[in-house]
Amino acid sequence: MTAAQGGRRPGQRARSGRPPLVLLVPGLAALIFLALPLLALLVRAPWSDLVEIVATGPVAQALWLSLRTATTATLVSLVLGVPLAWLLARGRLPGGGVVRALVTLPMVLPPVVGGVALLSLLGRRGLLGEHLDAWFGITIPFTTSAVVLAQTFVSLPFLVLSVDGALRGLDRRYEDVSATLGASRWTTFRRVTLPMVAPAVGAGAVLCFARALGEFGATITFAGNFPGTTRTMPIAIYLAMEQSPQAAIALSIVLVAISALVLILLRSRWLTALGSTT
Amino acid sequence: MRRGRRAGAVLAAVATAVLLASCSGGTADDEPSEPAASDAAGPTDDVTGDLTVFAAASLQGVFEELATTFEEQHPGVTVTLNFAASSALAEQVNAGAPVDVLATASASTMEQAAAEVVDPVEFASNTLVIVTPSDNPGAVTGLADFADPDRTFAVCAVEVPCGAAAEKVFAAAGITPAVDTFAENVTATLNLAVSGEVDASLVYATDAQGAGDTVTTITFPESSEAVNDNLIAAAAQAPNASAARAWLDLVLSDEGAAVLTAAGFDLP
Repeated sequence: MTAAQGGRRPGQRARSGRPPLVLLVPGLAALIFLALPLLALLVRAPWSDLVEIVATGPVAQALWLSLRTATTATLVSLVLGVPLAWLLARGRLPGGGVVRALVTLPMVLPPVVGGVALLSLLGRRGLLGEHLDAWFGITIPFTTSAVVLAQTFVSLPFLVLSVDGALRGLDRRYEDVSATLGASRWTTFRRVTLPMVAPAVGAGAVLCFARALGEFGATITFAGNFPGTTRTMPIAIYLAMEQSPQAAIALSIVLVAISALVLILLRSRWLTALGSTT
Repeated sequence: MRRGRRAGAVLAAVATAVLLASCSGGTADDEPSEPAASDAAGPTDDVTGDLTVFAAASLQGVFEELATTFEEQHPGVTVTLNFAASSALAEQVNAGAPVDVLATASASTMEQAAAEVVDPVEFASNTLVIVTPSDNPGAVTGLADFADPDRTFAVCAVEVPCGAAAEKVFAAAGITPAVDTFAENVTATLNLAVSGEVDASLVYATDAQGAGDTVTTITFPESSEAVNDNLIAAAAQAPNASAARAWLDLVLSDEGAAVLTAAGFDLP
């Protein structure tokens, strides 16, 4: 991840010469390992029927739902995640290591288990959900809000850890100077800290969005599956697999293409724009 | 070891083949080969060796029980069971999997493997029932309640067989269901009722039976519109035809019928 970019040294190191083989070979192997399965997917794709499969209403509906919910989940993650990252890095929380581990847990938890955990809390008979239902008549499962909650649960850690890492790598002296000049902690955060970690916030948001877009297990477990309300692209792909693997591959290609497009756009425009304003 | 996966079966098959090919005398300790069997085996007959049965996932409980019975009846036989979706099993049989018996959850999936099996027979059937949480919080009484948008309902996604069956019964009953979620398979559909997340689900009678007291089961007349027939057949290329025959006999016997009925299956 992009850490502090403050002290960039002029390129006094020799940039010439080949990359060492010890790095080149495993590096290329990693690239091939990541790219070949996707390439195989492209080769297997039913290109002639692709337009026909993709242009159907249900696919557009699932795609639109996915884009909306993943965007909302990313915004929620930004609003909640950046402050949490600041607390982790600057807040001198008691047991900070434990809290950091807790934040990481949803990343290693199988998403289906995440869905069960959300149901245990917010389901109709969940710890909190029971009261929401009894007192306010609110039930969360099987709604679009549940999709956003499931996506936020699994993707928020990506943003928090990204920003937390950048904050901890930051040169504290800038913040100290700001404080000695009389700025409050909030002003320092807003005017000094946040602009310096903006690239990490952007990168974290991109990871967060990508994770939310691909979310399947927690979503189908907690939010269910209903066209237009909770059936996101990954769920549509999973169900298509039951009947027609060809259709599932076609849908996957659409999702891969959209994700790639969004990631490239965000990286090239938004991220660099944010980065250059610092 | 009996329920080892296919790899185990393949290993065992290879081992048997090596034994037979080498002809090093048919009296290997625990696995007598064909010639020795005729004089060495117990009360029953020529049924020995390995038996490989491919069966629909819904048959797991029944077939595991019957496998124990079968091995008691035929001490010389090792039964290997492989459970999966019927369509996947049919594909494997067509691809030449070394299988003796195929049992599917529908006539159409057996039809997929028609060229590779001999005379399929219907031996059981499964119908849909309504299940609610044990205390039935939505006071559901029948299929017509599924039209109520104020209650929460789950059915299987139409892409999987139980969802196709659900669609059929609703069509037959002239009901437009106010479904809240289309679960990915019948187990997930059942679990939504068990956990109380929905007021009612549509699942197979056998799943409802398996869930015991955790759900309340309600039968409805329209279920007869979507009956899933379970078919069984010996494979045309069965490596162990005599054991395959004996397995079919057991499943179709009164004993087999009793196990099937206890699990919630209907008999033909």
